[in-house]
Amino acid sequence: MTGTELLLDYLSRYFPVFVFVVIALLFGVVTLVISHFVQPKYPEAEKLSAYECGSEPFSDARMPFPVRYYIFAMLFVIFDIEVIFLYPWAVVFGKIGFIGLVEMLVFIALFLVAYVYAWRKGALEWD
Amino acid sequence: MALAFFFYFSGVIVLTSVLVVALRNPIYSAISLLIMFFHVAGLYVTLHAEFLAAVQIIVYAGAILVLYLFVVMLLNVKREERYHAQFPLAALLGVTILTEVLMLAILRGFSSEPLPTLGGAGQADQATGNTETIGEVLYSTYLFPFEVASLILLVAMIGAIVLAKKDIGLASRNQ
Amino acid sequence: MAEVGLKLAFSVAQIAVVMGIVLLTVMFLTLAERKVLGWMQDRMGPMEVGPYGVLQPIADGLKLFFKEDIVPAGANKFLFTLAPILALVPALIGFAVVPFGPNRTVELFGYQFQPFVISDINIGILYILAFTSIGAYGIILGGWASNSKYSLLGGLRSAAQVISYELNVGLAIVGVLLLAGSLSLVKITEAQAGGFWHWYIFAFPFPQVFAFVVYVISAVAETNRVPFDLPEAESELVAGFFTEYSGMRFAFFFLAEYANMILVSCIAAALFLGGWNAPYPGTLLPENLAWVEGVVWFAVKVYFFLFLFFWLRATLPRLRYDQLMRFGWKVMLPIALGNILVTAIAAYFFPKG
Repeated sequence: MTGTELLLDYLSRYFPVFVFVVIALLFGVVTLVISHFVQPKYPEAEKLSAYECGSEPFSDARMPFPVRYYIFAMLFVIFDIEVIFLYPWAVVFGKIGFIGLVEMLVFIALFLVAYVYAWRKGALEWD
Repeated sequence: MALAFFFYFSGVIVLTSVLVVALRNPIYSAISLLIMFFHVAGLYVTLHAEFLAAVQIIVYAGAILVLYLFVVMLLNVKREERYHAQFPLAALLGVTILTEVLMLAILRGFSSEPLPTLGGAGQADQATGNTETIGEVLYSTYLFPFEVASLILLVAMIGAIVLAKKDIGLASRNQ
Repeated sequence: MAEVGLKLAFSVAQIAVVMGIVLLTVMFLTLAERKVLGWMQDRMGPMEVGPYGVLQPIADGLKLFFKEDIVPAGANKFLFTLAPILALVPALIGFAVVPFGPNRTVELFGYQFQPFVISDINIGILYILAFTSIGAYGIILGGWASNSKYSLLGGLRSAAQVISYELNVGLAIVGVLLLAGSLSLVKITEAQAGGFWHWYIFAFPFPQVFAFVVYVISAVAETNRVPFDLPEAESELVAGFFTEYSGMRFAFFFLAEYANMILVSCIAAALFLGGWNAPYPGTLLPENLAWVEGVVWFAVKVYFFLFLFFWLRATLPRLRYDQLMRFGWKVMLPIALGNILVTAIAAYFFPKG
């Protein structure tokens, strides 16, 4: 195949994916819109109040929450980026041979240092 | 056909980027940032960088933006008015960068020459795929930067924990 | 231009079939789950609607569709509506790269297409990982938009849980990628042809049993199913992030959960159990009907996993939240990492072919 044909073949593989995203979004929106028109609407103050085991809701529900969640999100971002590096390495592992293996052993060793550090400092503890 | 997709993706990117800074509710800003990340990924796909497209969504949309959302919700900001005071500074910077881009575009001209691709072998890329090419180049030619990147990640990790450590200590003492 | 039109028509037809099958399977699953749970607890399950209750899912669907859809006071209406869509769409579009049957090309009206996969893209498995990570937005935004304390807590818990276990899913599949040398689900499945000893769960040089176990456990956690259903722990958080949801918006979260179950089962089957490959070499049926066998084997494997989900739900108690996070970060993650190391060393000393 020539370069242009390859390019067309490549783009045509993503075309159905794009169409699928559009169809799935349309499915979601259209279903909600139709449902909106066929359902009854009897709004009432009691019915619309937030559920709080029967008592009157007190204070704003959108309260600040523990910093824990934030720490785990940060750990996740860093580890996620490290994992991303593993994918191209895994795919070409057969071709890059010994150097690739050693390189990744060094990379994973550094990953482990970060992991052990987080563990020892109690960042993986949820309490 | 490819050009139509390019204009669609870049148009939405421009629109949502403006919305990110123009919307007053920080959660809405995060949503338009999410839409922008997806269209940037779409742009990468049309540019043959499928691996980058996936990484764009996994790292930016799936990890970093979740962190942003956590921060926005953690601080419980309803409306952020502060940064609208920085408007003159932002406008100055924006206009400067826009002028630079326009200058570059005019000086270089809108040539239709294909840009150099990674590894220089345009056709080989297309046959084997972007991930393989990145893998082969990253783990041979760019071996050193790769290991440096892993060190930087280690430093980032330690930095994050040191910054958060005070709070970890506080939280466990309070209970 | 005519070619683009033809391509569009074929894609739309294929997508409609796949979405139809997924939605039908979800309907079937809602009934199957209640029946299986019923039998395991020595009950009958739903019996009223139709013979043996088989029409129950249709009744449930219609009821939700025509039910009043309440937006609680103080909720952010836009985000409240957006969240279920954001939860549902990623669960559906993941099926774009799943191979449901043998990889072959059929020519129809002078146009070549692959009947059993919507699109064989080079980054198949990363595409699925990318979109499952978006599912967390539906949950976290739904929880925040509801303006209810239960919803917010459920949403936050869920987001932290989903991202923690997503990491383990990402690490677990690296072992398979090492052996397969590709990210395309079609190529990974094809590499496992020729008998069950070629499936990656048993494969030489290093069986991916550990990766398989980590993947399955993390998949259960990512879909918020028992014993990891903390975000909707009904005895403490009412219904978690969808406490305030009703009607069709609620149905979307429900659909998303079940569609995600089917999706992770499909991936588990394709990555570890050989996808549509039969556990014996060759085919039993004649050459031109071999695809039936492939599709049936794929369905059998997927339903095995779906049954596992129900079985777990009937058997296990719920974890506590700190146990759940500790298990994810301190048990699953080291196992997955160790698996990568051993697989890489084994694959280096025993290269394939």
